[in-house]
Amino acid sequence: MVIQALIFYLFASITVASGVMVIASRNPVHSVLYLILAFFNAAGLFVLIGAEFLAMILVVVYVGAVAVLFLFVVMMLDINFVQLREGFLQYLPIGGLIGLILLVELGLVFGTWVLAADVAQIAALPIPAVDQVTNTEAIGRVMYTKYVYLFQASGLVLLVAMIGAIVLTLRQREGVRKQSIAVQNARRREDVVATVKVPTGGGV
Amino acid sequence: MADFWDGYALPTIIILAQILAIMVPLLVAVAYLTLAERKVIAGMQMRTGPAKVGPFGLLQPLADGLKLFGKETILPAGANRLVFIMAPMLTFVLAMVAWAVIPVGDGMVIADINVGILYLFAISSLGVYGIIMAGWASNSKYPFLGALRSAAQMVSYEVSIGFVIITVLLCVGSLNLSDIVNAQKTVWFAIPLLPMFVVFFISALAETNRAPFDLPEGESELVAGYFVEYSSMSFALFFLGEYANMILMSAMTTILFLGGWLPPFDIAPLNWIPGPIWFALKIALVLFLFLWVRATFPRYRYDQLMRLGWKVFLPLSLVWVILTAGVLVAFDWLPA
Repeated sequence: MVIQALIFYLFASITVASGVMVIASRNPVHSVLYLILAFFNAAGLFVLIGAEFLAMILVVVYVGAVAVLFLFVVMMLDINFVQLREGFLQYLPIGGLIGLILLVELGLVFGTWVLAADVAQIAALPIPAVDQVTNTEAIGRVMYTKYVYLFQASGLVLLVAMIGAIVLTLRQREGVRKQSIAVQNARRREDVVATVKVPTGGGV
Repeated sequence: MADFWDGYALPTIIILAQILAIMVPLLVAVAYLTLAERKVIAGMQMRTGPAKVGPFGLLQPLADGLKLFGKETILPAGANRLVFIMAPMLTFVLAMVAWAVIPVGDGMVIADINVGILYLFAISSLGVYGIIMAGWASNSKYPFLGALRSAAQMVSYEVSIGFVIITVLLCVGSLNLSDIVNAQKTVWFAIPLLPMFVVFFISALAETNRAPFDLPEGESELVAGYFVEYSSMSFALFFLGEYANMILMSAMTTILFLGGWLPPFDIAPLNWIPGPIWFALKIALVLFLFLWVRATFPRYRYDQLMRLGWKVFLPLSLVWVILTAGVLVAFDWLPA
């Protein structure tokens, strides 16, 4: 068990350290790279508790897709870093105050958090043993039966968000030549080629 | 002490030996793939290819490696040093770690994990970071353009690869790679899922930045794309990583569609040949297709590449997922 504990502390400390570096590093691209490192180590933590499916999904979705686009955008930004740092001290008091208030509020909420006696019983589902059912199957059994409506609803939310993003960014530009393969294939010889007899010295 | 030996030390030694047993043949295969590529393309263009170093040019990869070792490593003055050095290492390491879950024979696999195919998908989707980091850290316009193209291209084709994998998983009922191969004992998935096999192969070409989708390194427009600024061994790591990725994608194609280590027919002379040999032969066949395609087709235009990924492959693979699921449910063929 010693080695498992050591590996846990390795992953956990790298996750926390890279989480700090996300907000502390001066270069935004480095921030995103640290964020990716944090995701990756969080996936390692999932593997350690036996949630291998969640670990892989975390890497596929967050590291493989979301963070790539994130990095893509941050790299394209043309930011003057010196200018960005200028107002730091000026905004420090108010920013610190907001942070402190949030911290106190979170402390209050979690400090006084009480579950009703029967809630844990209602919410929990019997978890099959790991050697009987793989955890991919266990998640599937719960998600597509008991929580199917919530699952569909979250799908709808994502669909609406996707359509919204497309509507916001779609613009028709004038004067752009576009390739339309259907139009190209529909062209007939007689539409575009004309045989002309050119008289001598006359031109077309 | 005996506890420590049995519990940790012995398994560690066994795992290290297994890793060596995979890595050494893999690196030799990568080296000879570069030679095979030059020879195959030379043959298709009626040339001889490399023939001077050793018999039939067989020592050419060693000579190339030695030459790269002897070159100077150059760090551009404006480069972001740490990221610049890390990028080729990342590419190479990611191309290697994926092999941990590849079953080369019945039960011959380093880590037989339940989510093997997801692990492969995750690792292959990380490959883009090496390229995008190299492009950005070089602080130069051609590498940056190459990296941006590559990022867009790999994200686009990953989507259809994901759907193709789902189609196969529907027929298998497990995410374990050994189970996927064993499910093909009656018929290889390349036959019932032929359109998906084609989509997967073409997406694999795009995912590994191979011709005709080699826009990230298009030498006629971007000099060499994302690794323009790299020299010596840092260049060699990119090069080896790219070829190791080709072998990896071929291995994935073999496992998902060509029945992994299984012989084509389970009859006498064919099933005498051990599984790893069949596996290697099938990988070699897919790799030959990679090279054949490179010698045959001109490079795609960028908008055509995006159209193919998003407007052709994505709807096609999505329809096949639904169709496969429908057929499996309708005829009650769903795996238990």
